[in-house]
Amino acid sequence: MSTEEREPLFSPKNMKLIKNPINLSNPITVQVLGICSALAVTAKLMPAIVMSISVLVVMAASNVVISLLRNGIPPRIRIIVQLVVIATMVILVDQVLKAFVYDVSKQLSVFVGLIITNCIIMGRLEAFAMANKPWPAFLDGIGNALGYGIILIIIAFFRELLGSGTLFDIQVIPQGLYDFGYVNNGLMILPPMALITVGVIIWVQRYYTRELIEDN
Amino acid sequence: MQEVFNIFIKSIFIDNMVFAYFLGMCSYLAVSKTVKTSVGLGLAVIFVLGITVPVDYLLNEYILKAGALVWLDASLIDADLSFLSFILFIAIIASMVQLVEMIVEKFSPALYASLGIFLPLIAVNCAILGGSLFMQEREYQNIAEATSFGLGSGVGWFLAIVGIAAIREKIRYSNVPPALRGLGITFIITGLMGIAFMSFLGIKL
Repeated sequence: MSTEEREPLFSPKNMKLIKNPINLSNPITVQVLGICSALAVTAKLMPAIVMSISVLVVMAASNVVISLLRNGIPPRIRIIVQLVVIATMVILVDQVLKAFVYDVSKQLSVFVGLIITNCIIMGRLEAFAMANKPWPAFLDGIGNALGYGIILIIIAFFRELLGSGTLFDIQVIPQGLYDFGYVNNGLMILPPMALITVGVIIWVQRYYTRELIEDN
Repeated sequence: MQEVFNIFIKSIFIDNMVFAYFLGMCSYLAVSKTVKTSVGLGLAVIFVLGITVPVDYLLNEYILKAGALVWLDASLIDADLSFLSFILFIAIIASMVQLVEMIVEKFSPALYASLGIFLPLIAVNCAILGGSLFMQEREYQNIAEATSFGLGSGVGWFLAIVGIAAIREKIRYSNVPPALRGLGITFIITGLMGIAFMSFLGIKL
């Protein structure tokens, strides 16, 4: 360890691991991973933030664990090993949520458990943690979870603002507007609107980032 | 009997896995480019859900639930292992998928050839684990109800993926704005299909 030159903890290469997933290789809008458990929790801002933090913790922790174990895992059974590591982390997160924020944990219902089969986590373990040292793997986990969280929070922001006129359950749209005839858009609360919101986010992102456009 | 049938219809249309809960979206978006492959994946999902949900039901009923271990020894009435359910469910799913793969390969090579590559993918399809977790949360009364919920969810997922694949095959001939092409328009179509499916909400079962 002492003989080889150590690269600084936040070298440009490492910073890229955090920055890239936020836009250019965003897990949701570009890699199309982890949509399963993402959309159902975005009707309100609070569950979306709790969900993002849970994913961040699970992802960073399991990336580090797998990266530490990477030389000892036989390739044939790696999927099962990865699932066990992720499931353990998710159980920890679930118990913590139940203990400290019980209401939000009830709202998230089965979706905390579904972090296990969240494809971003499996995908990053397969693609990155199995082949890299713990520190870059940790940064990669954080970066991808941030990219995921940002999209989740943007969707939840618009859905809660337009659908219920509140943010974090606090009234933001002034009462005067309602007196004037403004009505909350109840459609935004319904599940299908989350998909359409993601569609619009992808549209805006690709409009500004031309290289992401697909052929057909 | 009627209750079992109601659960079946309800899980296909009203509580559709894709449109109401967004489960299994990853493979739904990735494999829905042609109708042929999506029929294969859809069948595999029906198959696996129809097996894992009843198995996980038995597991939950006789091992995990609070007081479920009482058949082993009366002193275990306080035992509650439900915090272990995630890890056991996913283990059951992974091993069932492996088992199903081996059985299908042995007895029906033709079906194996058409499902082949999709079966392993299913272990990490959120719709499968979601099916088991919803089964646990909704506390179905007996194994027949759990089975019909599993099969119904599978059929609902099958309908959704075949529908979107058919639309995606046709949309190749339309002039979509460049930035929306591919993924973006697929999301929006899924949203619109979801709104259409919401019209089933009015049905009281």
